[in-house]
Amino acid sequence: MTVFLQFLFSGLTVGSVYALIGMGFNIIYNATSIINLAQGEFVVIGGLLMWFFLESCNVPFFAAIGLSILSAGLIGLIMERLTIRPLRTNDLLVMTMVTIAVSIVMRGLLMFKFGKEPYSYAAFTEGDPLVIGGAVIQLQTFWVLGITAACILGLYAFFNLTMVGKAMRACSFDPTAASLVGIPVSRMIMFSFILSAVVGAVGGAAITPISLMEYDKGPMLAVKGFCAAIMGGLGRGRGAIVGGLTIGILESMTAGYLHSGLKDAVALVILLAILFFRPAGMFGNTTMQRLKGH
Amino acid sequence: MRMSRFLPMAAALMFIVLAAVNGHAQEPVKIGAIFSVTGAASFLGEPEKNTVLMLKEQINKSGGINGRPVEIIIEDSKSDESAAVLAAKKLIERDKVIAIIGPSTTGESMAVIPIATKAQVPLISAAAGAGITQPVKDRYWIFKTAQYDTSAVEAIYAHLKRQGITKVGIVSVTTGFGDAGRKALHDMAKQSGITIVSDERYGPKDADMTAQLTKIKASGAQAVINWSIGPGQVVVAKNWTALKMGIPLYQSHGWGSRKNIELAGKAAEGVIAPLSRLVVWNKLPDKHPQKALLRQYSQSYEARFKSEPGAFGGYAHDALMLVVEAAKKAGTDRKAVRDHIENQVKKWPGTSGVFTMSPNDHCGLDKTAFEMVVVKNGDWQILK
Repeated sequence: MTVFLQFLFSGLTVGSVYALIGMGFNIIYNATSIINLAQGEFVVIGGLLMWFFLESCNVPFFAAIGLSILSAGLIGLIMERLTIRPLRTNDLLVMTMVTIAVSIVMRGLLMFKFGKEPYSYAAFTEGDPLVIGGAVIQLQTFWVLGITAACILGLYAFFNLTMVGKAMRACSFDPTAASLVGIPVSRMIMFSFILSAVVGAVGGAAITPISLMEYDKGPMLAVKGFCAAIMGGLGRGRGAIVGGLTIGILESMTAGYLHSGLKDAVALVILLAILFFRPAGMFGNTTMQRLKGH
Repeated sequence: MRMSRFLPMAAALMFIVLAAVNGHAQEPVKIGAIFSVTGAASFLGEPEKNTVLMLKEQINKSGGINGRPVEIIIEDSKSDESAAVLAAKKLIERDKVIAIIGPSTTGESMAVIPIATKAQVPLISAAAGAGITQPVKDRYWIFKTAQYDTSAVEAIYAHLKRQGITKVGIVSVTTGFGDAGRKALHDMAKQSGITIVSDERYGPKDADMTAQLTKIKASGAQAVINWSIGPGQVVVAKNWTALKMGIPLYQSHGWGSRKNIELAGKAAEGVIAPLSRLVVWNKLPDKHPQKALLRQYSQSYEARFKSEPGAFGGYAHDALMLVVEAAKKAGTDRKAVRDHIENQVKKWPGTSGVFTMSPNDHCGLDKTAFEMVVVKNGDWQILK
């Protein structure tokens, strides 16, 4: 039982990280239908900026979080203005490819600024890991889970209750129709990039004490987060958290009960299975997907 | 032509002529280097490149090779085997180097070996794989300066035996480094009287290894051995501490960076690893043959690059110095350089150990190249 609990906790720790990254994919997808493949880099930026403000500038904790979020939002804005906006195209494939290019450039810049070593800082709350039924769970895991939950609630409220949120979703369904009813589509796209950069950065800041952060961690995080988002159905906030946690727990159970060498295959097998059998994801709506016409 | 236009041109021409004459008078000794300066293995290539650039200046300042300056042509293999092959061909055919140092990784070294062998150019690899210098009859022109993985394993197993430990659980990263270490751990187990009761893996960017360690704990292992480089080692140490496993944690020789202690914090306490003496030079007795060399290299590297050279920088150091010394003593002929390294390098102190090359051993290091080191109070401590 202890062993099972330990695998479960390990899966929760990793899964909550995947869920947070999956969320970032969802935001941009909700507003633009683009898959932003630079999402992993936003996470890395969050972790490294947090380190920079905390350890290098000795800024107090909350100010460091604030500064990291602000800077990440700014980077999201710059990315949208410099790369997505000037394209003036509706071709999703082209825009998605541009995000790959941006991710490569960002990795280069991060390597230039931070070097190749991993970085870390103290967990948000000091203290020994919690022991439940003989199994241990790190306190930071609760932070990651809590932040993920807060992000999901916040984003749910934003997309469903506020005008701006609804306008962003409208842009995703049909940009032309949205602009006809007076929604400033390009500004909404910009907002979505800022928002997803911020969510990614918060996630990065939260996971760095657990997993450490280095300049080239982005692609791996992006792949797992992407699988989480696809599993839950792209664009579904609730889907990303279920998807992320499921993948995390399955990975750790596979590592525990089968063999750890098979672990990394789990996410990809799930991705393939979902794409074959339920392309709209576990919580996606097939009709809606078809209506969007992609 | 008006004088005002002619004068600057004449001056420029004169400089060109002068430069040519100057170059002719002291033709440099060309040594090639292939390092993974960028790409996946850039953490190896960067300190190697820095080391070589720094040594070049030091050598040339103190008179070069018998009065001739050293020129080192560094090629970036981008951590890619085909790029490494192209770089080797360029160095041999166009630059006509007397020897090549590098490549940084075992895979690239294996790709370059046939080229160097065919062109009869000495190659001193900075990678660890046993296949680089074995079988030695096919490796006439090939040497290496990184210790064998099996030597690190032997050092760990010998230490385990002294503690009366026979059952171990191993966990390794799914990269070339982890694969090689895992193989060495399995290969050496039987003859060392060690049983591997659990064999786990993890990915290079994984965030949590609790599941693997839990499994090892349940398998009845008396010690954990982790084989990886990079953040994985720190995560394993943190998980090991969080789980309060109650059995010792051994790391590979990749553990030897102060950065790991900083990142792992309290979780690093008690972690044991076989480390290159470069990491613990200031704790060696003064009469140790490597100490003066290690102090000089370590201090000048840190002063200049504001970071530790690490064992990898040391591999490049030893490779270059072997070639330079051979060129000083035996001349710059490729065959003479090779023969000197094979036959005259005896009890030669380098950064990675005291080398003794022979026609049967083109690495010249064994398990005595390592010190068993434990982390105590945030610092390294050599175990007796």
